[in-house]
Parts: sequence; C-alpha cells; structure tokens
Amino acid sequence: MTRGGWKFWLPLALFAFFVALVGTQLLSPAQREVESAMIGKPLPQFVLAAASPDRPGVAAVDLKDGKPRLLNIWASWCIPCAAEAPQLEALQKQGVDIVGVAIRDRPEDVAAFLARYGNPYSRIGADNLSEVQLGIGSSGVPETFIVDGKGVIRYQHIGDIRPEHVPMLLEKLREAGA
Amino acid sequence: MRLLSALCLAISLLLSGAALSAQDSMPPAPYAYRQLDDPDKEAEAKALMETLRCLKCQGQSIADSDAPMAGDMRHQVRTRIEAGESPDEIRDWLVERYGDYVSFAPRFDGATWPLFALPVVIVALALGLLWRRLGRRG
Amino acid sequence: MIAEFGLAALWLAAALAGLQLFAGAIALKGRAGELSRLVRPVAVMQGALTAVSFAALVMLFLRTDLSVKLVVANSHSAKPFIYKLAGTWGNHEGSMLLWVTVMAGMGALIALLERRLPERTMLATLATQAFVGLGFYAFLLFSSNPFERLPMPAAEGMGLNPLLQDIGLAFHPPTLYLGYVGLSVAFSFAVGALLTGEVGPTFARVMRPWVLGAWIFLTIGITAGSYWAYYELGWGGWWFWDPVENASLMPWLAGTALLHSASVLAARDALRAWTVMLGVVAFSMSMIGTFLVRSGILTSVHAFAVDPERGSFILVLLAIYIGGALTLFALKAGSIAEGARFSATSREGALVFNNVMLSAILGIVLLGTLYPLLTEAFGVKVSVGPPYFNPVGAIFAVPMLVVMAVGPLLRWRRDAFARVRKSVIFVGLIFALLLAVLLFWRPMGLLPWLGMALSVPLAVASVLPLRGRNLGHLPLSVWGMVVAHFGLALALFGMAADSALTVEKLAAARIGDSTKVGPWTVTLDSVEPVAGPNWIALEGRMSATYRDKAESSVIAPQARSFWAPPQQTTESALLTRWNGQLYAVLGDETEDGRWQLRLWWKPFVTCIWFGGLLVALGGFLALLGRVAVDLRRRVAVRKIAARKEELEKVQGR
Repeated sequence: MTRGGWKFWLPLALFAFFVALVGTQLLSPAQREVESAMIGKPLPQFVLAAASPDRPGVAAVDLKDGKPRLLNIWASWCIPCAAEAPQLEALQKQGVDIVGVAIRDRPEDVAAFLARYGNPYSRIGADNLSEVQLGIGSSGVPETFIVDGKGVIRYQHIGDIRPEHVPMLLEKLREAGA
Repeated sequence: MRLLSALCLAISLLLSGAALSAQDSMPPAPYAYRQLDDPDKEAEAKALMETLRCLKCQGQSIADSDAPMAGDMRHQVRTRIEAGESPDEIRDWLVERYGDYVSFAPRFDGATWPLFALPVVIVALALGLLWRRLGRRG
Repeated sequence: MIAEFGLAALWLAAALAGLQLFAGAIALKGRAGELSRLVRPVAVMQGALTAVSFAALVMLFLRTDLSVKLVVANSHSAKPFIYKLAGTWGNHEGSMLLWVTVMAGMGALIALLERRLPERTMLATLATQAFVGLGFYAFLLFSSNPFERLPMPAAEGMGLNPLLQDIGLAFHPPTLYLGYVGLSVAFSFAVGALLTGEVGPTFARVMRPWVLGAWIFLTIGITAGSYWAYYELGWGGWWFWDPVENASLMPWLAGTALLHSASVLAARDALRAWTVMLGVVAFSMSMIGTFLVRSGILTSVHAFAVDPERGSFILVLLAIYIGGALTLFALKAGSIAEGARFSATSREGALVFNNVMLSAILGIVLLGTLYPLLTEAFGVKVSVGPPYFNPVGAIFAVPMLVVMAVGPLLRWRRDAFARVRKSVIFVGLIFALLLAVLLFWRPMGLLPWLGMALSVPLAVASVLPLRGRNLGHLPLSVWGMVVAHFGLALALFGMAADSALTVEKLAAARIGDSTKVGPWTVTLDSVEPVAGPNWIALEGRMSATYRDKAESSVIAPQARSFWAPPQQTTESALLTRWNGQLYAVLGDETEDGRWQLRLWWKPFVTCIWFGGLLVALGGFLALLGRVAVDLRRRVAVRKIAARKEELEKVQGR
C-alpha cells in the first residue's frame, strides 16, 4: 500500500458506521412517541374549572390527598378516547379514582360524550388552553398519567388504553401506593 | 424529494387527523393568532417560537403550524413573554416537560457534545487539508 | 393489458441491464470480442424499454384504471388532468419507476453520445451504470411493483393528497429526480475510471457536462421546491432544515464541489483522487437521501410509511453500491497520483478552498440530520434545527463566499496577489461600508446582518471577471460562472433580507376593516364561497394599497376543503412588487364574526428564487459552452480525417 493509504479507507469507515447505525435503528425502531420528562416530578400548580355540570373541576391540590389515581387526558373530539372508554369504566369499577382533563372541549360536547360512553371520572377539569397538558409534558390525546398520593407523576401511558393494559395500570397504581 | 416532504406532511396530517375529521371546535387560544402589542416582545416571542418544535407535526416549528396544540403553545410563549419571562426560561420550562426534543436548538450536554465537537474537528481537518495542499508553495 | 405490458417492458429492461453488466465485465477482463460491441446498443435499448414502461404507468393514471392498486390508492376519476398525470410520480412506486427510468435513460444517453473516453473506461462505466440499475430494478419488481392489479377493480380511487395537487408539484419531482439520478452518471464514470485507473483531464472533461446537466435540474428542483413550500404551507417559511430538504441539499453540495474540482482536474490535472471521491459521494448522497426518506427512519412523530422491509432493501443496496465503490476507492486511490501541486494564490488554490468548505458544510448537514438518530439509539430524543444549522453552516459558508469573490479573479497555476489587490480592496470597502450602515440602520440578527452586507460586494465581485475582457469573445462557460455566482449573491441577499426585514401582521378583521402591514394597507372587502373541480373554498377578497398610491390591487387567499380525500388546505395569495412580496392567508372565522388574517410583507424575498434560477441558468450557459466546444472539436476531428482521406486518394493509394 502506498504511503498514507489509510486515509483512503476513512470514507468507507464512516459509511460503515452509518450503515451500522441505521441498520440497528431499522431492526429495532426506537420509541416514536414523545415521552413526558415529568415522570418522578410533582405536578405543577393548576386550577381547572369544571368541564361537566355534575363533576367538580380539578386542581393540583386535589391530587395530593394521599391517594394515588389516574389522570386521564382526553377530549370528546378524539376518536381513540371513545375506544378506551370501556377500559376506564372497568378500572373505575375496580375502585380506581380517575380524574379527567378535557382538552379544548365544549361543555355540550363533553356532556354528549359522557352520556354516550359513560362517565368514569370523579372530577373533570376543562383545559381550554392545553395548559395542564403542556404543564405535565403530554403531547396528545388520549394519555393517562399515574399520580401518587403526594401529587408526584409516576407513569405515563401514551395512546388509548387497550384491555391488555388494564392489569399493567393496576400494577403501576399499586406501586404508587394504592 | 420535496415532494416526499409534502407526502410526509400530508400523511402526518391524515394521521393526526383521525383528529382532523374530528377536529376540536374550540376557538384558538387568545394569543395563538394574535401578536403582542409591544413589537420588541413580539419579536422576542416570534424568534423563540421558530425554534420550538410542534409536537404533533412533521418537523415544523410552532411558528408555522396550524395544529391547535401549536396554537396553545404559541399562546403560552406569548403570555409568558408578556409576563416578563425570558425566552431561555420558557425554553427551559418546555424542555423540563418534553425533553430536548421540543427545542430545535440543541443544548451542549452529555448527549449532544459531538454536535459541537465535530464541527471543530471538521474545521481542524479543513485547515489541515488546506495547509497540506496550499501551504507548501510549489 | 397496459399494466402487463408495462411490467413486461420493465422485466425485459432488467434483463438487458443484466446482459449489459455481463458483457461489460467480460470485455473488461480482456476477452472482449463481439460481446463488447453489444454494450452500447443494449444500454440504449434498456433506456427505451424503461421509457415504455413509464409511459404505460402514465397511461394507467390518465385513464384512472381502477383495477391497478397504485392508481386506486393515489388517484381519483374526478381529478383534473394535470394531477392525474402528476399522480403517476406522486407516490412511492411511481417515483421509483421514474428513478429507474431516468437512470436507464442517462445510461442510454452516455452510450449514444460519449465517445471521448478510452473504450475500456467507457465499458466499465456502462457496466457500473447497469450494475447500479439492477439493484433498483430488483427493488421495484420485488418490493414496489407499480403495476400490481387488484383482485377486484375498485369503484373509485382514493384521490391524491390535496397538498400535492398543485401545479408546482406536478413538475417538481421529475426535475429533482433528473438531478438526483443524473448524478448516477458521475458515480459510474468515477467507478469506471477507478477500475481502469484512467483518471485525468479527459476524464474530468467528459464527466463535467453530465454532472452539470444533473446539477442544473437539482438546482431548479430545490429552488422550485422551496418556493412551493413557501406559498403552499401558508406560513411564509421557505426552508426548514427538515430531513427531507436536507436529503435534497446534500447531493447538491457534493455536486457543486464536484463541478469545481472537475474544473481543476480538467485544467491542471490535479485533485484526481478527490474528484473521483466526490463523483462517488454525490450520487451516494442521492441514494442515502432516498433511503432516509423512504425508510421513514428519520420521521419521529407520526412516522409515515415506516416499512422495515423496504428500508432494509434499500439499505442493502446502499451497502453494496456505496460500500463497494468506497472499497474500490480505498484500494485504488493510492495508485492514482494526485498530480500537480499549486500555490495558495491561484485559481486552483481558491477552488480547493471552496471544495473543502463545501465538503465541510455537507458534513455539517449530514451530521445534523443523522444526529437525532444517533441519540435515539441511546434512548434520548433531540431535535436539530435552524438554530444549529444556520450558525454552524455559516462558519464554513462565509469564508467560502469570501473566497468565491476573489477566486475567479485569480489566474491558474500561480498569481501575484498584487495583481488583484485593487479589486479586493474595492470589494472589501463595500463590505465594510455596508456592515457599518446596516449596523446604524436598524437592529438585526448577526447572520442576516453579515448576509446582507456580504451579498452586495459578492454580486459586484461576481461580474468583475468580465472587466477588461472582450465580451463578444468571452467563452460561454465564463458567462456561466459569472451568472451562477451572481445568482448565489442574489439568493443570499434575498435570504438575509427576508429574515431581517419581514413584517408580520396577524389580524382579526371584519368585512371592511383595514390592516397595515409594513408599507401596505390591506382591506378585507368580502369573504365568498367559491368552487373548484374537486374542492370548495372560502375566498377572502382583499384590496391592497402600497404606501399612499391611488390604485389598489386585489388579492384573494382561499381556505380550501377537498373531499377526496377530505382535507383542508390554505391557499395563500401573493402580490409581487420589484422590492418584495405581500403574502396573505385567510384563516378561520372567529366567534364574533371576524376573520383571522395572516399578512406578511417580505422585502426582496423573491431574490431567493430568482437567484436560484440564475444559478441554474449559469450552469446551463456553462453546459452550452462545454458542449459547443466539444462539437467544434468533433467537427475538426472529422475534417482532419476527411482531409487525410482526400490526401490519400490524391496520392493514389
């Protein structure tokens, strides 16, 4: 090989690195959702007015009463939210306290949705400016957070809750101190 | 390949848009489409918005997206700027919630140092190459 | 029948590519004989067959043949003619067929036209072109067959995405593809030259017009794509540094570097290995870009068409072709002497500088584009966007532009700086003066400030090579350089002016309300429903007055609703003056009956795209110049041959 021949291998080495990198990514695609960075941190301060006449609104202090619960981010205009309604119902039947935050929603639409798909919530706050959603690092609907008795976010479930997720959520709730 | 850019964009619209056929009917947040009265503050807010990522869109900043969530984020940015927060504080607030993904301006930290180190290496390489080629007159 | 016919033509073309590779390889081994004479005609046939196949797909789309899966998925009988046509390449399978067609077509063209290179290098080049083509045929036939039939014809197609239903987009992809895939010729020439070891000025001269041709289309494609994004996306942005855009920029950067280093190789027989390397890199960037976009690997949220099978297929092709070419390069580059050395103050010295800077920018764009992928492998998500690309790119772009101003004034081989001192001082003074003036005029960001101050002296410097020359006798290629460099200065001015001077006004206006944006007064006259062929829209009619002029112009942005597929788009309205554009978008109606308007006054923004087109025009002039020289040379050769023959006749042999 001629003098300095190693540098001619440099482009190939860089390319091999590229192939290895994208190859591993192709074989095991990374998590595509944007996860909240708030897991393990306390809920930010917030006070939301009631989104439904028969349930009170939500404030951060309401979630610091020593009892772990689900914080469900949803909206009446979101189709997967309707799909997860039976699972929320089931969780509620097992004694889970579910607090709802309705994103950019009108009271009449909320009422219609709850009348149609059931109302598993103990409280529903109206988050008309996505303030709470942004405050806890949620990037879509539906998302479900587990908040422990001290108001610390313990877990984030992205997307609708399928039947197979129910035991897992119950387990996470138990870990959070239920 | 810009076509494909359009395609991804379009398809992302279609996806978010299971949402789209069921778009929320709420009016946009007050400051989603309204500028701050103080032009200096508005300029500050605008510059910041151009560097924040719309979480529901395909590689767009919140400054150029019609997604409702981008509108709500613009509202947050403008009201916080109005309240006297600095752009860096607002960026940090969002990064605390969404991680570095939300900001188009990578910070210098354990995960991103090569982004800043490699340009330095490239400068060194470029200077070295130029020195070898051009340094020796002849 | 048309679908089967198209598919058969494609299979046949693939078989011919195999034959072309086989014949070329045998000929290279030295056992040439009859087989080597097959290579050129086979290449031409292969090109013709892919054209037939592509024409068949176009026919299927024009007829909206609902028994073909691709047509059903991407077209609709109610679509206007032009979008039925554009639908052919507005999807994955169709665009890959276009890719293969362009690739085989370029192979056919070099087989037909190129006779300057030694025949062995030529055979190696054509064999390489066929070899690369084969992989893409396989990809098309085995994993992306555009002619696939449905078991049952569908009742109606699903339609083309409304964002794509735009006249700009009808012609944008073919342009870009001609550019991307046109670079495959540079790749094949480079590999061919590596195989035979014949890298020299002739190689550079032969490769240059082909690269120029591809580069012109790439330039037009990127420029048009940027303008399309600007008016179609409705927020006035024209470049977002998103992965898909970067995928088109990277081959352009490599191609630009290649053109300049080929000039050095052609004129001074230097930079041999470097030029060959760039020839490989340019098309590699096209392929890598295609891979990144098609595999969906870079689109993190709402990933589109994430198809690991397709992605893996292209990745294997990349590994074979790019890996193969780079291995060949590593093995052979050492035996290619670098050729002549040169001094820093010389034309080639400046060109080397430009090449290194362009490559550095390419490196930055590649790094920034791939970096999120790298951290994702470690479970960390980051975004790299304009706040990174702009300043880091500028570190290399600014010195490059400065040298671009001076380089063309220098002579080849060796020049005395004293000879150009006056010009440099003159241009430098303009720069310094503008920096000072802009500083006092109004506050602006560092980069727009530098950009605006730099663009004017750059434009002045770009025409300086014309000074003292006889303009009538100046070679076309010099005109090309001047026009392209001037275009770049103009584009830079437009970019800097847009980011420094744009005025934005978001308003909620009632009918009859006036809004001021920069020097304009815009009055919302009415909002009316209008109907198009496959959409309905609300159209806001506004009259716009510039300063205190008496007459006003009407602009009418629309909010369109398409029904197949159902989707809303905003159609911005643009009012162009020599000194900028008024950009208007109609938003939603507010609850109290006002209309959301988005208005921008964008001074000199059009310079960006005029500049881009001038760059392409410069390339075209240079191409014309090169081809004319070559034709003249051919005529001269023929004349000499004819004379010789005559002489021999006279001598009575």
